[in-house]
Amino acid sequence: MSPLAAALLIMLIATVAAIVAGPLSVLKRRQPPRHAMLAELEAQREAKYRDIRDAELDHEMGKHSEQDYEEIASTLRSEAVEILNRIEALQREGEEEARAEAAGGEPPSTR
Amino acid sequence: MASLGSGALIFALVVCAYGIGASVYGVRNDEDRWIESGRRAVYGLALVLLVAFIVIEVAFLKNDYGFNTVADTSSATTPLFYRAAAVWSSQEGSLLVWALLSSLWSSLALFLVKGKMREVAAYAAAILLAFDGFFIALAIFYANPFNTTSPKPLEGAGLDPLLRFPAMIIHPPMIYSGYTLCIVPFAFGMGALIARRVDTEWITATRRFALAAWLFLGVGIVLGALWSYSELGWGGYWEWDPVENAALMPWLMMTAFLHSAMIQEKRGMLKVWNSSLVLAAGTLAITGTFLVRSGVLSSIHAFGGATLGVPFVILIGLMIACSIYLVVSRREQLSSSHRLDSLFSRESVFLLNNIVLVGLCFVIFWGTFFPLISEMATGQAASVGAPWFDRYTVPLALILVLLSGIGPVIAWRKASVANVKRNFATPVLAALATLIVLLALGVTSKLFALVMFCLAAFTIGSVTQELWRGTRVRSNATGQVPPRALLGLVGRNRRRYGGYMTHVGIAMLFVGVAGSSSFMHAAEPRLSVGKSIDIGGYRMKYIRPTASVTAKNDAAETGATLDLGAVLRVSKKGRYVTTLRPSEGYYDSDEAGVPPESVGHLIAGTPVSHVTLSSNPLRNVWAAIEPDLQAPKLQRIIAAGNKTIPIDKPEDGMIALAVLAREYLAHPQAAKFNLRVQPLLMWIWIGAIIVAAGGLIALSPTPRTVVRRVSVRAARRRAESGLARA
Amino acid sequence: MNPARKRTIRLTVALSAAVVLAGALIYTSFSASDPTVSPSQLIAQAVPGRHYELTGKVLAHSVRHEGEVLDFSVKDRAGEAAVPVRYTGEVPDPFKEGREVVVTVEKQDDKYVAERNSLITKCPSKYKTAPPKGKPY
Repeated sequence: MSPLAAALLIMLIATVAAIVAGPLSVLKRRQPPRHAMLAELEAQREAKYRDIRDAELDHEMGKHSEQDYEEIASTLRSEAVEILNRIEALQREGEEEARAEAAGGEPPSTR
Repeated sequence: MASLGSGALIFALVVCAYGIGASVYGVRNDEDRWIESGRRAVYGLALVLLVAFIVIEVAFLKNDYGFNTVADTSSATTPLFYRAAAVWSSQEGSLLVWALLSSLWSSLALFLVKGKMREVAAYAAAILLAFDGFFIALAIFYANPFNTTSPKPLEGAGLDPLLRFPAMIIHPPMIYSGYTLCIVPFAFGMGALIARRVDTEWITATRRFALAAWLFLGVGIVLGALWSYSELGWGGYWEWDPVENAALMPWLMMTAFLHSAMIQEKRGMLKVWNSSLVLAAGTLAITGTFLVRSGVLSSIHAFGGATLGVPFVILIGLMIACSIYLVVSRREQLSSSHRLDSLFSRESVFLLNNIVLVGLCFVIFWGTFFPLISEMATGQAASVGAPWFDRYTVPLALILVLLSGIGPVIAWRKASVANVKRNFATPVLAALATLIVLLALGVTSKLFALVMFCLAAFTIGSVTQELWRGTRVRSNATGQVPPRALLGLVGRNRRRYGGYMTHVGIAMLFVGVAGSSSFMHAAEPRLSVGKSIDIGGYRMKYIRPTASVTAKNDAAETGATLDLGAVLRVSKKGRYVTTLRPSEGYYDSDEAGVPPESVGHLIAGTPVSHVTLSSNPLRNVWAAIEPDLQAPKLQRIIAAGNKTIPIDKPEDGMIALAVLAREYLAHPQAAKFNLRVQPLLMWIWIGAIIVAAGGLIALSPTPRTVVRRVSVRAARRRAESGLARA
Repeated sequence: MNPARKRTIRLTVALSAAVVLAGALIYTSFSASDPTVSPSQLIAQAVPGRHYELTGKVLAHSVRHEGEVLDFSVKDRAGEAAVPVRYTGEVPDPFKEGREVVVTVEKQDDKYVAERNSLITKCPSKYKTAPPKGKPY
């Protein structure tokens, strides 16, 4: 192997090693499972909003009968409300935990 | 520098192993930093493979024939553009390009979901690295692009002249991108099953990856068809060849997934179906890659020896086994109690479309693998021809176009019969009008084409109606002028209208297919100068021969040493239409048995037909020529040249070719022509462009402001009114 | 009829239809297919009137053009058995001695006559692709 090639290879290995080892030095806090649930609920919320917009568009284009649309719209609304409530509950939980941690100086339980 | 390349490959394998270990360790022990390190290993892998790619690319550009790959597929006379692309024309180079593209797409996907789907992404990273590692290991141990020969050869074999065509150069990277992009949803699907998180977050992210895969794979397939039609001497664009089918099958599965994923997003249903689709699509993508590289099926693409077959079969077997195991063992999480509200809904149409697409995929799969299946079943390998494929795919395609017209008109969840009847009036009228016009024009004999044209009119009619109505509604609501309203309508509902556009494109594409296959006129006459032939309403007359000779070192477009052709005058009812100049290019050969630099050698390479065509939306007129080099006088010139031209004076060989050319011009033999008149063929390409444009629109993200503003307001309003009602 | 029962009936009907169609598909594939054979297999089992897909290499010095007709012999990839073929139609560009070909033939008396335009030639393995047969639709 020519010296130049060897040097370049070493540089490459060093660069990648640095990239890969970067996060290892940071001691991150473990994420509570609540975080994942929250993300899923938010995804469901976005999907529900899209659903509502779709239904509105369909209605404006005259694809639903009035009765059907009212049924669908109210179903979607209540489903959306349910999701929003659950998000709110989770967020409140998170705030309480944060407050407790700040006050008591203990790390939150994670499992 | 080759050692830098092989060192990089080995290091890449190490990075893969590390990344897999870090990701799996991190997710199982709930350690974010190891998960993050594993993700970064994917980025690092992309960097390493990029370096390796640059090394080989530079070798190609500098004509370093010490690299075996460069010596095998490039030469000093290969034009620069094609030299740069020759990297992926060989087994070794293409494995490297596959792995590079895979690592780049994986990096992008993981970057886009950073912070989301922690567990799923971690498993997905490990799986993606496993695939990359597989291809890198194949490269290192079976087909290393950095193998060298010492001393360096003085000249290379040259790029196969058939590949010296722009579409053919872009086609492999597009197809590889399509295949590697199919692995991303596969990895996320497996990851979701392993982590037991087959939920809304997963499906929303995976659907976008699948859309990108669908787009690239589709473009790759169309480019391959375009190459076949414009460059090869047979005048067709699709042959149901195993390799064509291999790319089409995952594309069909992805199309199905894109539709059924929307049902899961909205209703939380079909989790088992969606997981299976996405896993099947990825498996088919790897199977497709395998088919091209092993000689297992008798196909025109004989690429690579049988040595690569065994590792691939093991990989595919592993993918299938793991997929089945995961889906079965996770079936509790995948079950859903939701049901369809009504059979009369867009969801139903999507389900039907899924069934048709999967059915289509099954037909193609069966026909493609039939030689292997029949050999296992009866001991005798047998193959089915294109007519068998057509028999089953044509009706299914008709149903598909019909459904793509029904879908846009029917509402989500529950469509009312009365409204649907009203909404279908215009599209049905469009179809009937088309039918009447066609019958009046005398198009009665080709039933399938007739039905396809009417269904296409139906689909285009329904989408046009949707756009028209939507624009009107929005225009009334916002006071904008129709063009602005239309833009706003599409901009705020990109998934919907992008999808509609794709449906229109598909309809047009099938119009092109139906027109060009059912109403084609073909002839293979032997014409001498001055003679003409009537075909498809056109008269084609062989006016005079053409011949040209190019020096070997001329960096011209194709590098043909000798080019013999004809001038054809095309007229219709006495009026001049166009002039076609088909020719056959003869290339330098590298094969043993013919003394190098002899006259015969200069033209003994694979000849390439340079077809010409005259193209407009109504019809294509296509011509290819097969000049007769067997004429005794021409053969005598070649033999004489072989005997008398000294080997060390290549320029003198060109003189002999010039004499040959002059003789051909002076006393041309009757040449065999392949002539076609193909109505409506251009619509295939137009349709494909529209399909791609629709896909791009659907893929582009809706501005967050739009979504936020509308939804928060709406949700608050709804919530308040809902709560008040309760 | 309760919804669950309706669903079961629908599912059964759909599955039955799928099975019937798949059955038709599978049946026709066996009856519509041509056996893929090597020259030695062809010599051993050829029945006049049946079509066979012959695969093998073009035998050296066996290629002769006679006007419209192309005569050549196909030999086993690994072996010496060879079969003379009479072919008319489009000849793919890469066709030459030593190349691998696939051609559909029928035994007529003592000769093997090829189906028009059914000749496919594969490129040597180091190249990527070869042109397909010149079969018009």
